[in-house]
Amino acid sequence: MEHIELFFKSIFIDNMVFATFLGMCSYLAVSKKVATAVGLGAAVIFVLAVTVPLNWLLDQYILQEGALSWLGEEYAAYDLSFLSFIMFIATIATMVQLVEIIVEKFSPSLYNSLGIFLPLIAVNCAILGGSLFMQSREIPSLGLALTYGIGSGIGWFLAILAIAAIREKIRYSSVPPALRGLGITFIITGLMAIGFMSFGGMLTGGDEEQKETPKVEVTIENKKEEKQDAKEIIADNTKTNNQ
Amino acid sequence: MGLLSKKDAALITDPLADNNPITIQVLGICSALAITAELKASIVMAVSVLFVLGLGNVVISLMRNIIPSKIRIIVQLIVVATLVIIVDLVLKAFAYELSKTLSVFVGLIITNCIIMGRFEAFALGNGPWKSFLDGVGNSLGYGVILIAVGFFRELLGSGTLLGFKVLGDPIEKTGLYAIGYENNGFMLLSPMALIVVGIIIWIQRSRNTALIEEN
Repeated sequence: MEHIELFFKSIFIDNMVFATFLGMCSYLAVSKKVATAVGLGAAVIFVLAVTVPLNWLLDQYILQEGALSWLGEEYAAYDLSFLSFIMFIATIATMVQLVEIIVEKFSPSLYNSLGIFLPLIAVNCAILGGSLFMQSREIPSLGLALTYGIGSGIGWFLAILAIAAIREKIRYSSVPPALRGLGITFIITGLMAIGFMSFGGMLTGGDEEQKETPKVEVTIENKKEEKQDAKEIIADNTKTNNQ
Repeated sequence: MGLLSKKDAALITDPLADNNPITIQVLGICSALAITAELKASIVMAVSVLFVLGLGNVVISLMRNIIPSKIRIIVQLIVVATLVIIVDLVLKAFAYELSKTLSVFVGLIITNCIIMGRFEAFALGNGPWKSFLDGVGNSLGYGVILIAVGFFRELLGSGTLLGFKVLGDPIEKTGLYAIGYENNGFMLLSPMALIVVGIIIWIQRSRNTALIEEN
């Protein structure tokens, strides 16, 4: 059930393009024709489905505070989360390269349709954004991370497909000269984003996120307090020992 | 002759208007839209990009002869990621509240197309001083749009600028609110960012008709 919920939430409510403006650069640059838009969209779904779970593993077992405890007790105190940007982007760049090689080897026809777009994707904000949102929303399991990756990929795909179709049609309408091209695309995207906002009530209600955020903050504060308490206790202990 | 030759000065002034990275080159839109609901966040974002792009351009330009062209993307990403980590840690240390509002968008400077675009298009083929000027110029051009969008969205959306109530108090009905003015809360929602940028593009292109695109 939570898989389905997260899946639809990441497609419609938290749509990458309309809610968070991720991957706008390629969204605007590659949306002149439906065929190329479909190619890029498919590549984005594919790469997100691979990199989000991979970065989830990286986050859980290497980067998070205490994540290194599987190596042994002495590593449990390390907190490498400041390295997450560099690790995520390195994973993404490597994976994109790897995916490119594998696809070229095993499916030349798919490579021919995706080929040009794959290198572009390494610097698509949607991909890194997927991993960063996965980290900041604290997605609990590998399966959910995969669902989130595929879901947000499909959301991006839908967005670019829709705008490409609209732009193909709009070529035949008389847009004010100064708005032609980029300007009208921005405004249409804005209108589509307003439309997508109405999906907000699709799941348990739109105020769900506002409830979530303070919860997270509270847990963090509690952790800090616990730590301080622990430190004080240790300090007290050492004092009594000294006495 | 002043500090900068004419060519060098053009590197800074061009991106401010006729070659603006956001409205003309269509680079770096993602972050420009998401964080502009407040003026303060826009200014901080503009300064962060100024730091990353200025310094990153210099670093890449210094290394341009030793980077093998096949792996240049990864090298560029590592350089940006390092600079962004510095920005992120500084923000977390000195402006924790603000870094919460910016959330993942500081990290997304890494994949901001302005940065990779300028590395590819300029820093790989020019010396460090010129690259520095190009970086500063482009991030200023980016910042101008960001601050303009942030200005209008905060002013019309919540009636404040940098948190100061410039239009009067909406609850006590002073200033403009006394004559029945209402805040347009819709300006704070994300779709309006797109429409505000669209309008800025519209104004710019109707003033300079050379920029108008073919259909």
